[in-house]
Amino acid sequence: MSFVHLLRAEWTKFRTVPSWLIGAVVAILVLILIGLVSALGSHAVAAGPGGRPRQVLLGPDGRPVQDDFTFVRRTLTGDGTLTVRVPALTGGETGLEQWAKAGLMIKANTQPGSPYVAVMRTGAHGARMQYDFSGDIAGPASAQWLRLTRAGSHFTGYASSDGSTWTRIGTVTVAGIPATASAGMFVTSPPVEVYEQHFGSAEGNMYPTQATATFDDLTVAGALGADDWQGGPLADTPGQVTRTGDAFTVSGAGNIAPNHPDGNNAVERTLVGTFAGLTVLVVLGVLFVTSEYRRGMIRTTFAASPGRVRVLAAKAVVVGAVGFVAGAIGSAIALPLCRHVLIRNGNLVFAVTTGTEVRLILGTAAAIAVASVLALAIGTLLRRSVGAVAAVIVLIVLPYLLSTAAVVPADAARWLLRLTPAATFAVQQSVTAYHQVEGVYTPALGFYPLSPWSGFAVLCLYAAVAFGLAAVVVRRRDA
Amino acid sequence: MTAAIRAEWTKLRTVAAPLWLLLGAIVLTIALGAAAAASLHCTGAACGVDRTRFSLAGVQLGQAVVAVLGVLVVGNEYSSGMIHTTLMAIPRRSVALGAKALVLTGPVVVAGLVAVAGSLIAGDRLVSLAWTTGSTLRAAAGSVLYLALIALMSLGIATAVRDSGAAIGLVLGLVYLFPILASVVSNPHWHKKVEQIGPATAGLAVQATTDLKDLPIGPWPGLGVLALWATGALALGLATLRFRDA
Repeated sequence: MSFVHLLRAEWTKFRTVPSWLIGAVVAILVLILIGLVSALGSHAVAAGPGGRPRQVLLGPDGRPVQDDFTFVRRTLTGDGTLTVRVPALTGGETGLEQWAKAGLMIKANTQPGSPYVAVMRTGAHGARMQYDFSGDIAGPASAQWLRLTRAGSHFTGYASSDGSTWTRIGTVTVAGIPATASAGMFVTSPPVEVYEQHFGSAEGNMYPTQATATFDDLTVAGALGADDWQGGPLADTPGQVTRTGDAFTVSGAGNIAPNHPDGNNAVERTLVGTFAGLTVLVVLGVLFVTSEYRRGMIRTTFAASPGRVRVLAAKAVVVGAVGFVAGAIGSAIALPLCRHVLIRNGNLVFAVTTGTEVRLILGTAAAIAVASVLALAIGTLLRRSVGAVAAVIVLIVLPYLLSTAAVVPADAARWLLRLTPAATFAVQQSVTAYHQVEGVYTPALGFYPLSPWSGFAVLCLYAAVAFGLAAVVVRRRDA
Repeated sequence: MTAAIRAEWTKLRTVAAPLWLLLGAIVLTIALGAAAAASLHCTGAACGVDRTRFSLAGVQLGQAVVAVLGVLVVGNEYSSGMIHTTLMAIPRRSVALGAKALVLTGPVVVAGLVAVAGSLIAGDRLVSLAWTTGSTLRAAAGSVLYLALIALMSLGIATAVRDSGAAIGLVLGLVYLFPILASVVSNPHWHKKVEQIGPATAGLAVQATTDLKDLPIGPWPGLGVLALWATGALALGLATLRFRDA
């Protein structure tokens, strides 16, 4: 029998058992409904003004950003160079934050979220050049002098420890900064995030911090506007500017960086029903083979097509395809539907690119498909449905539960999500961990130790090994 | 009833699987509990967390094995057709199911005692527990009862569903999905509600020894919720047995 015939035979077996077809539909429904229940049960406690959903500030590339700082600026038209010395950068009562920033900036305008290029000294990470919120280039470890040059849309940052020998940090091209832009000195200091883990729950709390910097020896080559230096916080963060002759003392709070959402406002929470759908498909995957053993049908199957591994492969293709289609339909409906409900309930849901949405949906479908194949393989090995179903669910769902529902400490949780098939849920991570943004990046808040597709590969590895073992066993063992 | 219990006991002890499953439940419970306690990297009150609860975290894994046993006690009879013989010998459905429930509970309680004692001894060596307090005893006794109730709930669901594969999927779904669902329901009121009605989220509240006021539900009322689940499942199973042909 050709493989196509085998596939047709196995597909016929699947589709002609009504309870299995119902099972596949149930998998889709629970995937959507569990997400819907979680969305409906998530009325935001503190919604935005007028009960409308809170808005999140978006950067030039449409991704969420934070843009709070104190800015002392003038308009600069055309090309130019700013040079300044920052002899002191100090923290407030809680000390200097490692990502406190003070330096020079050229920004499209004073609207939060507009494009910018900046060169700065930081609390503990030396001189840096940063641009458009996510761009970050490391410079010399210690530098008091900073220089920022504009040539059209090309910007170059320099740092120096003495004001005479300069080190070039980098040159970047940033579109969207008009010929007449705001240029000047800025200070900001990010809030510290304190992470508290209790048994079964975890939360991160933000506490604001402040930094103060002195600037002197400011020189500007270029066409400055007629108004004198003026400054203050851009948003409603605290900050002050005092001027003594040519020296400025500037204090500020906030951050100029990508905004990183936690698990509560990341879009993947709409896919929480994945676990319910996956459980149903694991049962189907196991039953697809164990019921043949139970009823003796397997002997007919193997008599009709003696190539047992090919039979197993055909079964795997069928359950994998069913799992993929069910997962894709379920998550393609659940994601937009639950996001709509969440936003209507006043929740903040961070926007993601279409590519990320597609990855979340297809990744979920692929994870369910491979989990179904793993279930089929373990069902073949054990020939008993109960043990096989329990084994697969314990392998996939329990590690996820232990690590993301904050049962075990973050370190142990990261190892669980590297070593067990639960690593595959990294395909659902939409949030990004930025090295230049201090934050709590734990599994309980949605940050996986592995990248999406390498996490998925861990599950594939388990499925491949189980399938290989099943293939060996099914050839050696009498049916 | 005595005869029914003896019959069920003979069925249980003369096959190898239940013994292996109970041993597996003990080993896995202690192993995961010890691993969870070891992951704390601290001992004594300095940890600032509920060390007893960490030491008993293995129940999360042990319950899956106990659920398998609970499902198999009746599921195997349906798949082998043995259920016809059983019901012919004991025509009263309530007696048949009651005998199964009693025979299942005994060994699970014994295995639970060993598993919980082993977990606490391992936990004490790793993070030094406060043995003498009543709350530790409550957590220990409650964990044993928890395992027994999970087994009974599994028995009830398997009797109602009849297909053992679907039954174990349903049991583990109920046990594991509520905590995951609770972790994404952000409204505090509904978050608490989800934790109060889930069999595992409510039932495992009995393991808490510190910060009892932060629990979604009190330790014993939480175990009561699981008892309701088990009772409901058994009632459903009994109804299925009575009103449907085997």
